[in-house]
Amino acid sequence: MTRLTAILAPLALTLALLVGWELACRGLQLPVYLLPAPSAIAAALAEHAGSLFQAAWVTLSSALLALLLAALAAGPLALSAAVSPLVERAVQPLAVTLQVTPVVAIAPLVVSWAGLDHPEYATTALAAVVAFFPLFSGALTGLKSADPDLERLFDLYGATPGQRLWRLRVPAATPFVLEGVKVAVGLSVIGAVVAEISAGSGRSQGLAWTIVETTHQLRMAETFAALFALAILAVALHAVTRSAEVEILRKWRGR
Amino acid sequence: MTASSPASRPTVASLQDVVVRYDGRPVLGPFSLDLAPGASVALVGPSGCGKSTALRLLAGLEQPTEGVVRRTPGRGETAVVFQSPTLAPWSTALDNVALPLRLAGIAAGPAADQACAALARVGLAGSELKKPAQLSGGMAMRVSIARALATAPRLLLMDEPFAALDEITRRRLADDVMSLWTEARPALLFITHSVEEAVYMADRVIVMGPGPGRIVAEHALADGFPRPPRFRTSPVFRDAVEQVSLALQTAMEPTA
Repeated sequence: MTRLTAILAPLALTLALLVGWELACRGLQLPVYLLPAPSAIAAALAEHAGSLFQAAWVTLSSALLALLLAALAAGPLALSAAVSPLVERAVQPLAVTLQVTPVVAIAPLVVSWAGLDHPEYATTALAAVVAFFPLFSGALTGLKSADPDLERLFDLYGATPGQRLWRLRVPAATPFVLEGVKVAVGLSVIGAVVAEISAGSGRSQGLAWTIVETTHQLRMAETFAALFALAILAVALHAVTRSAEVEILRKWRGR
Repeated sequence: MTASSPASRPTVASLQDVVVRYDGRPVLGPFSLDLAPGASVALVGPSGCGKSTALRLLAGLEQPTEGVVRRTPGRGETAVVFQSPTLAPWSTALDNVALPLRLAGIAAGPAADQACAALARVGLAGSELKKPAQLSGGMAMRVSIARALATAPRLLLMDEPFAALDEITRRRLADDVMSLWTEARPALLFITHSVEEAVYMADRVIVMGPGPGRIVAEHALADGFPRPPRFRTSPVFRDAVEQVSLALQTAMEPTA
Protein backbone atom coordinates (compact mmCIF):
# COMPACT_ATOMS: atom_id res chain seq x y z
CA MET A 1 0.00 0.00 0.00
CA THR A 2 1.49 3.35 -0.99
CA ARG A 3 1.33 6.44 1.17
CA LEU A 4 -1.22 7.98 -1.18
CA THR A 5 -3.67 5.08 -1.03
CA ALA A 6 -3.20 4.90 2.73
CA ILE A 7 -4.51 8.48 2.92
CA LEU A 8 -7.12 8.12 0.19
CA ALA A 9 -8.75 4.90 1.41
CA PRO A 10 -10.38 6.30 4.59
CA LEU A 11 -11.27 9.52 2.76
CA ALA A 12 -12.99 7.57 -0.02
CA LEU A 13 -14.95 5.48 2.46
CA THR A 14 -16.03 8.59 4.38
CA LEU A 15 -17.10 10.29 1.17
CA ALA A 16 -19.07 7.22 0.04
CA LEU A 17 -20.87 7.04 3.39
CA LEU A 18 -21.69 10.77 3.27
CA VAL A 19 -23.06 10.48 -0.26
CA GLY A 20 -25.17 7.48 0.76
CA TRP A 21 -26.44 9.40 3.79
CA GLU A 22 -27.31 12.46 1.68
CA LEU A 23 -29.12 10.37 -0.94
CA ALA A 24 -31.03 8.42 1.71
CA CYS A 25 -32.19 11.62 3.44
CA ARG A 26 -33.40 13.09 0.18
CA GLY A 27 -34.88 9.90 -1.22
CA LEU A 28 -36.76 8.99 1.96
CA GLN A 29 -37.58 12.62 2.66
CA LEU A 30 -36.59 12.26 6.31
CA PRO A 31 -37.58 15.21 8.50
CA VAL A 32 -34.60 17.30 9.64
CA TYR A 33 -35.44 16.77 13.34
CA LEU A 34 -34.94 13.02 12.89
CA LEU A 35 -31.83 12.95 10.74
CA PRO A 36 -30.43 15.99 8.95
CA ALA A 37 -28.63 15.44 5.65
CA PRO A 38 -24.86 16.09 5.53
CA SER A 39 -25.51 19.20 3.45
CA ALA A 40 -27.74 20.60 6.19
CA ILE A 41 -25.10 19.78 8.79
CA ALA A 42 -22.45 21.51 6.70
CA ALA A 43 -24.67 24.57 6.45
CA ALA A 44 -25.20 24.56 10.23
CA LEU A 45 -21.44 24.23 10.72
CA ALA A 46 -20.79 27.23 8.54
CA GLU A 47 -23.55 29.29 10.11
CA HIS A 48 -22.57 28.56 13.74
CA ALA A 49 -18.82 28.27 13.24
CA GLY A 50 -18.12 31.10 15.67
CA SER A 51 -20.18 29.78 18.56
CA LEU A 52 -19.03 26.19 17.93
CA PHE A 53 -15.44 27.34 18.03
CA GLN A 54 -16.09 29.08 21.31
CA ALA A 55 -17.85 26.02 22.73
CA ALA A 56 -14.94 23.82 21.60
CA TRP A 57 -12.52 26.14 23.36
CA VAL A 58 -14.55 25.88 26.59
CA THR A 59 -14.42 22.07 26.47
CA LEU A 60 -10.78 21.97 25.39
CA SER A 61 -9.57 24.44 28.01
CA SER A 62 -11.28 22.62 30.84
CA ALA A 63 -9.84 19.30 29.60
CA LEU A 64 -6.33 20.76 29.37
CA LEU A 65 -6.56 22.45 32.75
CA ALA A 66 -7.78 19.14 34.16
CA LEU A 67 -4.77 17.36 32.65
CA LEU A 68 -2.46 19.84 34.31
CA LEU A 69 -4.16 19.41 37.69
CA ALA A 70 -4.15 15.62 37.36
CA ALA A 71 -0.46 15.63 36.43
CA LEU A 72 0.35 17.87 39.40
CA ALA A 73 -1.31 15.31 41.67
CA ALA A 74 -0.17 12.13 39.90
CA GLY A 75 3.51 13.05 39.43
CA PRO A 76 4.58 13.64 43.03
CA LEU A 77 2.33 10.83 44.23
CA ALA A 78 3.89 8.35 41.77
CA LEU A 79 7.37 9.53 42.77
CA SER A 80 6.69 8.96 46.46
CA ALA A 81 5.00 5.61 45.77
CA ALA A 82 8.04 4.52 43.72
CA VAL A 83 10.38 5.40 46.57
CA SER A 84 8.26 4.13 49.43
CA PRO A 85 6.39 0.79 49.25
CA LEU A 86 4.29 2.00 52.18
CA VAL A 87 2.99 4.97 50.19
CA GLU A 88 2.35 2.72 47.20
CA ARG A 89 0.42 0.27 49.38
CA ALA A 90 -1.63 3.11 50.85
CA VAL A 91 -2.40 4.90 47.57
CA GLN A 92 -2.87 2.06 45.09
CA PRO A 93 -6.29 0.72 46.26
CA LEU A 94 -7.75 4.22 46.39
CA ALA A 95 -6.40 5.05 42.95
CA VAL A 96 -7.89 1.86 41.53
CA THR A 97 -11.23 2.54 43.18
CA LEU A 98 -11.27 6.01 41.70
CA GLN A 99 -10.45 4.51 38.32
CA VAL A 100 -13.12 1.79 38.26
CA THR A 101 -15.95 3.99 39.57
CA PRO A 102 -17.76 5.26 36.45
CA VAL A 103 -17.32 8.99 36.12
CA VAL A 104 -20.96 9.32 35.03
CA ALA A 105 -22.00 8.11 38.48
CA ILE A 106 -20.15 10.79 40.40
CA ALA A 107 -20.84 13.58 37.90
CA PRO A 108 -24.19 14.77 39.33
CA LEU A 109 -22.64 15.03 42.80
CA VAL A 110 -19.68 17.07 41.61
CA VAL A 111 -21.92 19.25 39.46
CA SER A 112 -24.13 20.07 42.44
CA TRP A 113 -21.07 20.90 44.57
CA ALA A 114 -19.78 23.22 41.90
CA GLY A 115 -23.14 24.98 41.82
CA LEU A 116 -25.05 26.46 38.92
CA ASP A 117 -22.83 29.51 38.75
CA HIS A 118 -19.60 27.63 38.19
CA PRO A 119 -20.27 24.51 36.12
CA GLU A 120 -16.73 24.83 34.74
CA TYR A 121 -15.39 23.80 38.16
CA ALA A 122 -17.27 20.53 37.80
CA THR A 123 -16.11 19.86 34.25
CA THR A 124 -12.50 20.48 35.18
CA ALA A 125 -12.73 18.43 38.38
CA LEU A 126 -14.34 15.43 36.68
CA ALA A 127 -11.94 15.54 33.77
CA ALA A 128 -9.08 15.64 36.27
CA VAL A 129 -10.48 12.65 38.14
CA VAL A 130 -10.51 10.44 35.03
CA ALA A 131 -7.14 11.73 33.78
CA PHE A 132 -5.47 11.02 37.11
CA PHE A 133 -5.26 7.24 36.98
CA PRO A 134 -3.49 6.72 33.64
CA LEU A 135 -0.99 9.43 34.57
CA PHE A 136 -0.36 7.98 38.03
CA SER A 137 -0.22 4.37 36.94
CA GLY A 138 1.92 5.12 33.87
CA ALA A 139 4.41 7.09 35.94
CA LEU A 140 4.54 4.49 38.73
CA THR A 141 4.97 1.56 36.32
CA GLY A 142 7.67 3.51 34.48
CA LEU A 143 9.51 4.46 37.65
CA LYS A 144 9.72 0.77 38.53
CA SER A 145 10.60 -0.39 35.01
CA ALA A 146 14.36 0.14 35.08
CA ASP A 147 16.53 -2.80 33.98
CA PRO A 148 17.33 -4.81 37.16
CA ASP A 149 20.96 -5.14 36.04
CA LEU A 150 21.18 -1.34 35.73
CA GLU A 151 19.74 -1.16 39.25
CA ARG A 152 22.54 -3.54 40.32
CA LEU A 153 25.13 -1.26 38.73
CA PHE A 154 23.74 1.62 40.79
CA ASP A 155 24.08 -0.61 43.89
CA LEU A 156 27.61 -1.51 42.89
CA TYR A 157 28.70 2.11 42.54
CA GLY A 158 27.00 3.08 45.80
CA ALA A 159 24.46 5.45 44.25
CA THR A 160 22.44 7.58 46.67
CA PRO A 161 18.62 7.29 46.56
CA GLY A 162 18.51 10.69 44.88
CA GLN A 163 21.00 9.64 42.18
CA ARG A 164 19.04 6.46 41.59
CA LEU A 165 15.79 8.37 41.22
CA TRP A 166 16.99 11.13 38.89
CA ARG A 167 19.63 9.27 36.90
CA LEU A 168 17.86 5.93 36.54
CA ARG A 169 14.19 5.75 37.46
CA VAL A 170 12.89 9.03 36.12
CA PRO A 171 14.53 8.73 32.68
CA ALA A 172 13.54 5.05 32.49
CA ALA A 173 9.92 6.09 33.13
CA THR A 174 9.71 8.39 30.10
CA PRO A 175 8.01 6.00 27.60
CA PHE A 176 5.47 4.91 30.21
CA VAL A 177 4.69 8.48 31.20
CA LEU A 178 4.12 9.41 27.55
CA GLU A 179 1.77 6.48 27.11
CA GLY A 180 -0.10 7.55 30.25
CA VAL A 181 -0.40 11.11 28.94
CA LYS A 182 -1.80 9.83 25.65
CA VAL A 183 -4.53 7.87 27.41
CA ALA A 184 -5.19 10.69 29.88
CA VAL A 185 -5.67 13.25 27.10
CA GLY A 186 -8.47 11.16 25.56
CA LEU A 187 -10.05 10.50 28.93
CA SER A 188 -9.95 14.14 30.01
CA VAL A 189 -12.14 15.09 27.04
CA ILE A 190 -14.55 12.31 27.97
CA GLY A 191 -14.58 13.53 31.57
CA ALA A 192 -15.31 17.11 30.50
CA VAL A 193 -18.11 15.98 28.17
CA VAL A 194 -19.71 13.81 30.85
CA ALA A 195 -19.66 16.71 33.29
CA GLU A 196 -21.17 19.11 30.75
CA ILE A 197 -23.97 16.68 30.02
CA SER A 198 -24.63 16.21 33.74
CA ALA A 199 -24.72 19.96 34.23
CA GLY A 200 -27.35 20.02 31.46
CA SER A 201 -28.52 23.58 31.37
CA GLY A 202 -27.00 26.38 33.35
CA ARG A 203 -23.95 28.38 32.39
CA SER A 204 -21.83 25.61 30.96
CA GLN A 205 -21.11 26.53 27.37
CA GLY A 206 -19.04 23.62 26.09
CA LEU A 207 -19.63 21.40 23.07
CA ALA A 208 -21.45 18.68 25.00
CA TRP A 209 -23.72 21.30 26.49
CA THR A 210 -24.42 22.55 22.94
CA ILE A 211 -25.33 19.01 21.96
CA VAL A 212 -27.79 18.65 24.86
CA GLU A 213 -29.33 22.08 24.31
CA THR A 214 -29.86 21.69 20.56
CA THR A 215 -31.24 18.16 20.95
CA HIS A 216 -33.85 19.44 23.40
CA GLN A 217 -34.86 22.05 20.86
CA LEU A 218 -34.78 19.56 17.97
CA ARG A 219 -32.14 21.64 16.14
CA MET A 220 -30.59 18.43 14.92
CA ALA A 221 -28.39 19.93 12.24
CA GLU A 222 -26.66 21.97 14.95
CA THR A 223 -26.45 18.89 17.17
CA PHE A 224 -24.59 17.06 14.45
CA ALA A 225 -22.42 20.08 13.77
CA ALA A 226 -21.42 20.18 17.44
CA LEU A 227 -20.84 16.44 17.43
CA PHE A 228 -18.64 16.85 14.39
CA ALA A 229 -16.68 19.63 16.10
CA LEU A 230 -16.24 17.41 19.18
CA ALA A 231 -14.92 14.53 17.07
CA ILE A 232 -12.49 16.84 15.28
CA LEU A 233 -11.35 18.24 18.63
CA ALA A 234 -10.69 14.77 20.04
CA VAL A 235 -8.93 13.55 16.90
CA ALA A 236 -6.75 16.66 16.72
CA LEU A 237 -5.84 16.37 20.38
CA HIS A 238 -4.94 12.71 19.92
CA ALA A 239 -2.86 13.47 16.82
CA VAL A 240 -0.94 16.23 18.56
CA THR A 241 -0.24 14.03 21.59
CA ARG A 242 0.74 11.10 19.40
CA SER A 243 3.22 13.06 17.32
CA ALA A 244 4.67 14.66 20.46
CA GLU A 245 5.10 11.17 21.89
CA VAL A 246 6.82 9.90 18.75
CA GLU A 247 9.12 12.91 18.67
CA ILE A 248 10.09 12.72 22.33
CA LEU A 249 10.67 8.95 22.12
CA ARG A 250 12.87 9.46 19.06
CA LYS A 251 14.95 11.89 21.07
CA TRP A 252 14.93 9.60 24.10
CA ARG A 253 16.33 6.54 22.36
CA GLY A 254 18.21 8.38 19.64
CA ARG A 255 16.39 7.10 16.57
CA MET B 1 44.10 -30.49 38.49
CA THR B 2 44.90 -28.66 41.71
CA ALA B 3 42.97 -28.30 44.90
CA SER B 4 41.44 -24.99 45.97
CA SER B 5 44.20 -22.59 46.94
CA PRO B 6 44.78 -21.93 50.65
CA ALA B 7 43.39 -18.77 52.18
CA SER B 8 46.77 -17.51 53.39
CA ARG B 9 47.65 -15.86 50.04
CA PRO B 10 46.64 -12.22 49.58
CA THR B 11 43.27 -12.04 47.87
CA VAL B 12 41.19 -9.30 46.29
CA ALA B 13 38.00 -11.13 47.13
CA SER B 14 37.18 -14.55 48.47
CA LEU B 15 34.26 -16.80 49.22
CA GLN B 16 34.65 -19.18 52.16
CA ASP B 17 32.26 -22.11 52.44
CA VAL B 18 29.40 -19.97 51.24
CA VAL B 19 25.93 -21.42 50.80
CA VAL B 20 23.09 -19.53 49.15
CA ARG B 21 19.47 -20.61 49.42
CA TYR B 22 16.48 -18.87 47.86
CA ASP B 23 13.35 -19.62 49.91
CA GLY B 24 15.13 -22.63 51.42
CA ARG B 25 16.06 -23.99 47.98
CA PRO B 26 19.85 -24.38 47.70
CA VAL B 27 21.33 -22.65 44.63
CA LEU B 28 25.02 -22.52 45.54
CA GLY B 29 27.54 -24.22 47.73
CA PRO B 30 29.20 -25.03 49.88
CA PHE B 31 31.57 -23.08 47.68
CA SER B 32 35.01 -21.54 48.25
CA LEU B 33 37.04 -19.37 45.94
CA ASP B 34 39.99 -16.98 46.24
CA LEU B 35 40.71 -14.28 43.71
CA ALA B 36 44.37 -13.29 43.82
CA PRO B 37 45.49 -9.88 42.52
CA GLY B 38 46.19 -10.06 38.80
CA ALA B 39 44.53 -13.47 38.40
CA SER B 40 42.15 -14.32 35.62
CA VAL B 41 39.63 -16.96 36.63
CA ALA B 42 36.94 -18.55 34.48
CA LEU B 43 33.82 -20.18 35.89
CA VAL B 44 32.22 -22.80 33.66
CA GLY B 45 29.32 -25.08 34.43
CA PRO B 46 25.81 -26.08 33.39
CA SER B 47 22.98 -23.54 33.38
CA GLY B 48 21.51 -22.92 36.81
CA CYS B 49 24.58 -24.15 38.71
CA GLY B 50 24.87 -20.89 40.62
CA LYS B 51 27.69 -19.24 38.64
CA SER B 52 25.94 -15.88 38.50
CA THR B 53 25.10 -16.12 42.19
CA ALA B 54 28.79 -16.64 42.99
CA LEU B 55 29.60 -13.60 40.87
CA ARG B 56 27.02 -11.44 42.64
CA LEU B 57 28.46 -12.53 46.02
CA LEU B 58 31.94 -11.47 44.90
CA ALA B 59 30.51 -8.16 43.69
CA GLY B 60 28.89 -7.59 47.08
CA LEU B 61 25.48 -7.37 45.42
CA GLU B 62 24.12 -10.28 47.42
CA GLN B 63 24.73 -11.82 50.83
CA PRO B 64 25.24 -15.56 51.39
CA THR B 65 22.89 -17.60 53.57
CA GLU B 66 25.94 -19.18 55.21
CA GLY B 67 29.68 -18.68 54.98
CA VAL B 68 31.92 -15.66 54.64
CA VAL B 69 32.50 -13.24 51.77
CA ARG B 70 35.66 -11.16 52.01
CA ARG B 71 36.10 -8.17 49.72
CA THR B 72 38.94 -5.68 49.77
CA PRO B 73 37.85 -3.31 46.95
CA GLY B 74 36.19 -0.15 48.22
CA ARG B 75 33.22 1.69 46.78
CA GLY B 76 33.55 2.03 43.03
CA GLU B 77 36.53 -0.36 42.78
CA THR B 78 34.44 -3.30 41.57
CA ALA B 79 33.11 -3.41 38.03
CA VAL B 80 30.59 -5.84 36.58
CA VAL B 81 29.90 -6.58 32.92
CA PHE B 82 26.60 -8.36 32.37
CA GLN B 83 25.52 -10.69 29.59
CA SER B 84 23.60 -7.90 27.90
CA PRO B 85 25.33 -4.52 27.56
CA THR B 86 22.96 -3.06 30.22
CA LEU B 87 23.25 0.48 28.95
CA ALA B 88 20.79 3.25 29.74
CA PRO B 89 18.92 3.58 26.42
CA TRP B 90 18.29 7.30 26.96
CA SER B 91 21.98 8.13 27.44
CA THR B 92 24.74 8.51 24.87
CA ALA B 93 27.69 6.11 24.88
CA LEU B 94 29.70 8.85 26.55
CA ASP B 95 27.16 9.42 29.32
CA ASN B 96 26.83 5.68 29.89
CA VAL B 97 30.58 5.31 30.35
CA ALA B 98 30.73 8.44 32.52
CA LEU B 99 27.93 7.19 34.79
CA PRO B 100 30.06 5.36 37.40
CA LEU B 101 32.40 8.36 37.53
CA ARG B 102 29.48 10.76 38.03
CA LEU B 103 28.03 8.48 40.72
CA ALA B 104 31.40 8.60 42.46
CA GLY B 105 31.07 12.38 42.63
CA ILE B 106 33.45 13.33 39.81
CA ALA B 107 32.44 16.58 38.09
CA ALA B 108 30.86 16.43 34.63
CA GLY B 109 33.89 17.80 32.75
CA PRO B 110 36.61 15.46 34.02
CA ALA B 111 34.17 12.52 33.96
CA ALA B 112 33.47 13.17 30.27
CA ASP B 113 37.21 13.38 29.54
CA GLN B 114 37.86 10.05 31.26
CA ALA B 115 34.87 8.46 29.55
CA CYS B 116 36.13 9.69 26.18
CA ALA B 117 39.50 8.10 26.82
CA ALA B 118 37.87 4.84 27.92
CA LEU B 119 35.76 4.74 24.74
CA ALA B 120 38.85 5.34 22.64
CA ARG B 121 40.61 2.42 24.33
CA VAL B 122 37.82 0.02 23.30
CA GLY B 123 37.99 1.35 19.74
CA LEU B 124 34.89 3.52 19.86
CA ALA B 125 36.40 6.97 19.33
CA GLY B 126 33.86 8.88 17.26
CA SER B 127 30.82 7.04 18.64
CA GLU B 128 30.63 9.10 21.84
CA LEU B 129 27.30 10.72 21.04
CA LYS B 130 25.51 7.64 19.74
CA LYS B 131 22.77 6.11 21.82
CA PRO B 132 22.58 2.35 22.50
CA ALA B 133 19.87 1.84 19.86
CA GLN B 134 22.28 3.19 17.25
CA LEU B 135 25.05 0.73 18.19
CA SER B 136 25.56 -2.86 17.02
CA GLY B 137 25.60 -5.64 19.62
CA GLY B 138 29.40 -5.77 19.61
CA MET B 139 29.72 -1.99 19.89
CA ALA B 140 27.22 -1.86 22.76
CA MET B 141 29.24 -4.53 24.58
CA ARG B 142 32.39 -2.44 24.00
CA VAL B 143 30.63 0.53 25.63
CA SER B 144 29.74 -1.72 28.55
CA ILE B 145 33.39 -2.81 28.86
CA ALA B 146 34.57 0.80 28.60
CA ARG B 147 32.19 1.69 31.43
CA ALA B 148 33.60 -1.15 33.56
CA LEU B 149 37.20 -0.07 32.93
CA ALA B 150 36.59 3.69 33.26
CA THR B 151 36.84 3.51 37.04
CA ALA B 152 40.13 1.53 36.94
CA PRO B 153 38.60 -1.25 39.06
CA ARG B 154 40.60 -3.62 41.26
CA LEU B 155 38.05 -6.37 40.69
CA LEU B 156 36.45 -7.00 37.32
CA LEU B 157 33.55 -9.45 37.09
CA MET B 158 31.99 -10.50 33.80
CA ASP B 159 28.86 -12.63 33.50
CA GLU B 160 28.88 -14.29 30.06
CA PRO B 161 29.89 -11.01 28.46
CA PHE B 162 30.12 -12.31 24.88
CA ALA B 163 27.27 -14.83 24.91
CA ALA B 164 25.02 -12.81 22.61
CA LEU B 165 27.69 -12.09 19.99
CA ASP B 166 28.74 -13.94 16.85
CA GLU B 167 31.94 -16.01 16.93
CA ILE B 168 34.16 -13.54 15.06
CA THR B 169 33.02 -10.59 17.16
CA ARG B 170 33.45 -12.52 20.38
CA ARG B 171 36.99 -13.62 19.53
CA ARG B 172 37.98 -10.09 18.59
CA LEU B 173 36.38 -8.73 21.77
CA ALA B 174 38.08 -11.41 23.90
CA ASP B 175 41.47 -10.34 22.52
CA ASP B 176 40.69 -6.68 23.15
CA VAL B 177 39.48 -7.33 26.68
CA MET B 178 42.59 -9.33 27.45
CA SER B 179 44.94 -6.66 26.13
CA LEU B 180 43.09 -3.98 28.12
CA TRP B 181 43.17 -6.25 31.15
CA THR B 182 46.96 -6.72 30.94
CA GLU B 183 47.42 -2.92 31.21
CA ALA B 184 46.21 -2.69 34.82
CA ARG B 185 45.55 -6.37 35.58
CA PRO B 186 42.64 -6.11 38.00
CA ALA B 187 41.59 -9.46 39.45
CA LEU B 188 39.27 -10.87 36.80
CA LEU B 189 36.54 -13.45 37.16
CA PHE B 190 34.29 -14.29 34.26
CA ILE B 191 31.54 -16.75 33.54
CA THR B 192 31.31 -18.42 30.17
CA HIS B 193 29.65 -21.33 28.43
CA SER B 194 32.54 -21.62 26.02
CA VAL B 195 35.35 -23.89 27.22
CA GLU B 196 37.67 -22.48 24.55
CA GLU B 197 36.98 -18.94 25.71
CA ALA B 198 37.63 -20.00 29.33
CA VAL B 199 40.97 -21.60 28.49
CA TYR B 200 41.95 -18.71 26.22
CA MET B 201 41.20 -15.92 28.67
CA ALA B 202 41.88 -17.45 32.09
CA ASP B 203 44.87 -18.84 33.90
CA ARG B 204 42.52 -20.78 36.17
CA VAL B 205 39.38 -22.53 34.97
CA ILE B 206 36.91 -23.65 37.62
CA VAL B 207 34.34 -26.26 36.61
CA MET B 208 31.09 -26.28 38.58
CA GLY B 209 28.53 -29.09 38.89
CA PRO B 210 24.76 -28.74 38.69
CA GLY B 211 22.84 -27.02 41.48
CA PRO B 212 23.47 -26.55 44.25
CA GLY B 213 26.70 -25.46 42.57
CA ARG B 214 29.98 -26.84 43.82
CA ILE B 215 33.44 -26.96 42.34
CA VAL B 216 33.99 -30.31 40.66
CA ALA B 217 37.29 -29.61 38.95
CA GLU B 218 39.87 -26.92 38.58
CA HIS B 219 42.41 -26.45 35.85
CA ALA B 220 45.45 -24.18 36.01
CA LEU B 221 47.27 -23.01 32.90
CA ALA B 222 50.93 -22.07 33.08
CA ASP B 223 51.09 -20.00 29.91
CA GLY B 224 51.11 -16.25 30.39
CA PHE B 225 49.30 -13.30 28.88
CA PRO B 226 48.99 -11.96 26.28
CA ARG B 227 48.39 -15.23 24.49
CA PRO B 228 50.83 -15.75 21.62
CA PRO B 229 49.46 -15.72 18.08
CA ARG B 230 48.01 -19.08 16.97
CA PHE B 231 47.65 -20.02 20.65
CA ARG B 232 44.27 -21.54 19.87
CA THR B 233 45.94 -24.17 17.66
CA SER B 234 48.75 -25.03 20.08
CA PRO B 235 48.81 -28.49 21.74
CA VAL B 236 48.83 -26.84 25.21
CA PHE B 237 45.58 -25.06 24.39
CA ARG B 238 43.93 -28.11 22.77
CA ASP B 239 44.93 -30.33 25.72
CA ALA B 240 43.55 -27.89 28.26
CA VAL B 241 40.28 -27.54 26.32
CA GLU B 242 39.98 -31.33 26.15
CA GLN B 243 40.57 -31.77 29.90
CA VAL B 244 38.15 -29.03 30.92
CA SER B 245 35.52 -30.33 28.49
CA LEU B 246 35.88 -33.80 29.96
CA ALA B 247 35.51 -32.46 33.50
CA LEU B 248 32.44 -30.50 32.43
CA GLN B 249 30.94 -33.55 30.75
CA THR B 250 31.47 -35.64 33.88
CA ALA B 251 29.92 -32.88 35.99
CA MET B 252 26.82 -32.70 33.82
CA GLU B 253 26.15 -36.45 33.71
CA PRO B 254 23.12 -37.24 35.86
CA THR B 255 24.22 -38.67 39.16
CA ALA B 256 22.54 -41.92 40.08
